[in-house]
Parts: sequence; C-alpha cells; structure tokens
Amino acid sequence: MTAMVQARGLSKSFGPLTVLDGLDFDVERGEVVCLLGPSGSGKSTLLRCVNRLERPDAGVISVDGEIIGFRRSGDQLHELRGKELARQRSNIGMVFQNFNLFPHRTILDNVLEGACVVKKEPRATAREHALRLLDRVGLTGKVGAYPGQLSGGQQQRVAIARALAMRPKVMLFDEPTSALDPELVGEVLAVMKDLACDGMTMIVVTHEIGFAREVADRVIFMDGGVIVEQGPPHQVIDRPRVERTRSFLARVA
Amino acid sequence: MTAPVSVKAPSGIDELATLRIAPVRRPWQWVATGVVLVMLALLLASVAMNPNMGWPVVGRHLFSAEILRGIGWTVLLTVLCMALATVLGVVIAVMRTANNRVLSAAASLYLWFFRGTPLLVQLILWFNLALVFPLLGPAVFFGESAGGLDTNHVINWFMAALLGFGLHEAAYMSEIVRGGFLAVGRGQTEAAESLGMTGTQTLRRVLLPQALRVIVPPSVNQFVNLFKATSLVAFISGQDLLSSVQHIYANNYQVIPLLLVASLWYLVLVSLATLGQHYLERRLNRGHVPTTAKGAKG
Repeated sequence: MTAMVQARGLSKSFGPLTVLDGLDFDVERGEVVCLLGPSGSGKSTLLRCVNRLERPDAGVISVDGEIIGFRRSGDQLHELRGKELARQRSNIGMVFQNFNLFPHRTILDNVLEGACVVKKEPRATAREHALRLLDRVGLTGKVGAYPGQLSGGQQQRVAIARALAMRPKVMLFDEPTSALDPELVGEVLAVMKDLACDGMTMIVVTHEIGFAREVADRVIFMDGGVIVEQGPPHQVIDRPRVERTRSFLARVA
Repeated sequence: MTAPVSVKAPSGIDELATLRIAPVRRPWQWVATGVVLVMLALLLASVAMNPNMGWPVVGRHLFSAEILRGIGWTVLLTVLCMALATVLGVVIAVMRTANNRVLSAAASLYLWFFRGTPLLVQLILWFNLALVFPLLGPAVFFGESAGGLDTNHVINWFMAALLGFGLHEAAYMSEIVRGGFLAVGRGQTEAAESLGMTGTQTLRRVLLPQALRVIVPPSVNQFVNLFKATSLVAFISGQDLLSSVQHIYANNYQVIPLLLVASLWYLVLVSLATLGQHYLERRLNRGHVPTTAKGAKG
C-alpha cells in the first residue's frame, strides 16, 4: 500500500518570500508526524497545502492515492475547482489555531454541519455520531451551548469533534494549542493523544515539544522551506544532529 | 453627610465593615432634571394649545382616504426600492470583491456614479428619460428604426421613483454588504472549505448568516432614510404621502396641520421599521452572548 500522504517537489512563494522549497515527504497510514521549526519555516503552509487551503506553485500531493486538487486525464493534470475539490477536502480533517468554530451555531450543530450539509447523512444518524464524538472529547454537557460560551480548550475539542465527524482519512492540526491559556493546553493534547492511540493518521504543527516526544512516531524539523532533519522523537529532539535543530530546541525547550 | 473616617489600624476594620454606605449626593442632577422637565412641559403646552397647529384639522385628515392612499404608495415604493437595492447591492458587492478586474472596476464605476450624484437629480433624470431615449428597447442601442416601447408610456412617476431610489440605494447597500462580509474572518471560510463545503454552501450557511448581523443595523438605517426620501417624488408629481398632503393643503390652505399629519405618519412608519429591526437583530444575535474573557479568545 502507498503512504497515506505523499508530497513531491512542493514549492510555494509569497511574493519574493520562498516558504516551501521543493519539499518531499511521506506520511504512513496511522503514523503521527509532528512538524517543528521556527515561525516562517513553512510548517503551516505545508499543512495547508495538504488540503489545498494553500495552492502550491509547484509539486503534487496525494492523500490515500488520490492527487489533491487535480484530475488526471492521460498524461495531463487538470486543476479541480468547486465540487470535486470540496469532496477531496471532506476526507481531510483540519483543526485550526483559532478553532474557527461557527459562532452562530450550537456545539452540536457545529459538529453536525459537515455530516449533514456535505455528506448528506440522515440527521438522526449524524446526530448519534456527533453525540458520540462530543462524548469522546468530554463535552457531553455542552451540546446546546454556543462556541462563545466555552473556554478555548473546550472550543478546540469541539473543533476536533467537528473534523472527526467527517470520518477523515487524515487529520491536520495547525498549532492547535498556541491560542490557549497554559492550563487549557493539556485537555486538548489529551484528546489528540487518544486519537493517535486509536490509529488516526495525524500531521501536527506544534511547539509542544513534550507532546511531540511522547506521541509522535516521527518528528520533522523544518527551516527555510525545507526539511532539515527528521526521525524518531528521541533522536531528533534529544540528540539532534544538525546545528540549526539544536539551537531551535535550545530556544524553545 | 457621613464624617470622613480615617483608617488608622487594621484592628478598626471590623467596625468599619459594619458601617452603612451612604450614596454620593448629586443635587445638581436634580436641578438639571427639573429644568429639563419644565422646559419640556412648556414646549408641549405651546404646541398642544397653539390654535395655529390646527389639531381639529389634523384629526379630520389623519385617516382620510387620500392620506391612506398616499401612505400605501409610500410603503409600496419604499419596500420595492429596498428589495431592488438589496439584490443589486449584493451583486455589486460580490462583483467588487471578485478577482476579475473588469467586474470589480465596473462595480466601482457604478458606486462612483450613483453615490456621487444627488438623489433628486437622478430622480428627475429618470422621470425625463424620454428626452434622452424616446423609445425603450432595441432602439436604445441600434437607433429609432430598431423599435421599442414609448418611454413616456413606461416611465410614470412610480417607475422613475423605483429606478431612481432603487439604483441610488443599491450603491449604498453594496458597501454595507461588502462591509458585512469583510467583518466575517477569513478563518470561517477556511473552516467551511476544510469541511468540504462548496462555495455556495460556504456563502449560504457560514458567511451570510454572520455577515447579516453586521449588515442589518446600517440597512435599517438606509430603509428609514428611504421611507422619508420617497417624499422627494413630490417633485415629479407623485402620489405618495407628502404629495397627498400637498394636494390637500393646496386646496384648503391648512399647511401646518397637514404637514403634521404627514410627520405623524412618517414617525409611525419609522417606528414600525425600528421595531422590526429589534426582532430581526434578536434572532441574528444567536450565539453572540456576552463572552467570558477566556471564551472570547477565539
């Protein structure tokens, strides 16, 4: 079987600034990969290219063998828009730094939205699934509340449930705890750890070195739009071989 | 007044805790209140008792058939113009934010023209459209021989008003709508897209409901303005509320009482619109409860 996520020759520039510079990477099925690196190193952009919230200038990405953002006909790739791209995205869960819950809908409706509107599941089935997911992230008592009534940690756990409701093949986490007060970080990481133990394929951009060390199967250190160093956490975090990795870890740890 | 108490030692704190707290006295506030009330009473009395106000005449005309007909036209015109302005405003707002330069330039041009010329001028221009295009239809583009409908036949006062107010108002509405969409963060679109929503689904289920919260108050403002602005059709021999009033006082010379009739009705209409706004906002504000400092972070 091919890897769950594959990227080849990924490049992206914002004006004169090169954020991704011909990057290759694979994520195996059930693997948890943590992306570390200084801000501006291209971690978030790489993550956002996977579900094409960011359009790479060059290179291809596939998820579960399907090229993201393109349709192949013969030896040509045709860029996808609208419905087809939306369908591809619906298989890729994403959790944002700022939660991005829909403020005008209740917690339950936030989780139901994707299943009911995008996957057109019958409401009763979707509701049962949503309640199970909210229970799993520990928010059974909050289904009728609005996002604004919840703490940041609770909102982020709802956001995880909302992404899981789509039964995604892979979950992308873009600095999921960076906007949280320190005492709320733990509850979100616990949910993510639970998910990792369950065999979910996860790509996590994070500054939580402790989480990466404990949960990640592989840690990738990025700088300047390229992968500087990668390997199991005990190797990259505890015995980095490259000087840039060492100085970064010395600054954050 | 309570005598000033100085805190000397922590031992006195238990006694201090038992003391009654006297509120600050504000004598001048009472004086100001009195003055305002007296002035208000004098003003009311001078209006109510003044025979020149012609209150009996006001009463006689308040519900007369001609006035009610005028109100009907005013309401119909306002509602139709607002509907036209809203639909057109959304289209122009979407065009302005489009990536296509020609579309956004066309929208800017529309805004520039219809916001840049006086409403009354536009109204009179539309009413006199026949002076520019005697025939409407193919003739407008390909010359008179191409044929069309007689403009004087199509453009009566109501059509002129509908076009004049509707197109003018659409320029303002487009900016209000654009502002509403700008107020919804980029993250909402990304969240919707990451769930696999299409552009239309994102617009309808995520962006629009949130933008409406911001769009409604200034839109009601425009609606209220429009209610009163429709009185300008008196310049193009319309039949709205003000025109009816003018028509009546041209015959009986009771100018002030009849202007009072018009003012009272405009106040009633505007009050109804405000009441509608209150209920609309209450519905749209779902989810926007006062947040705690922590919850507000997102």
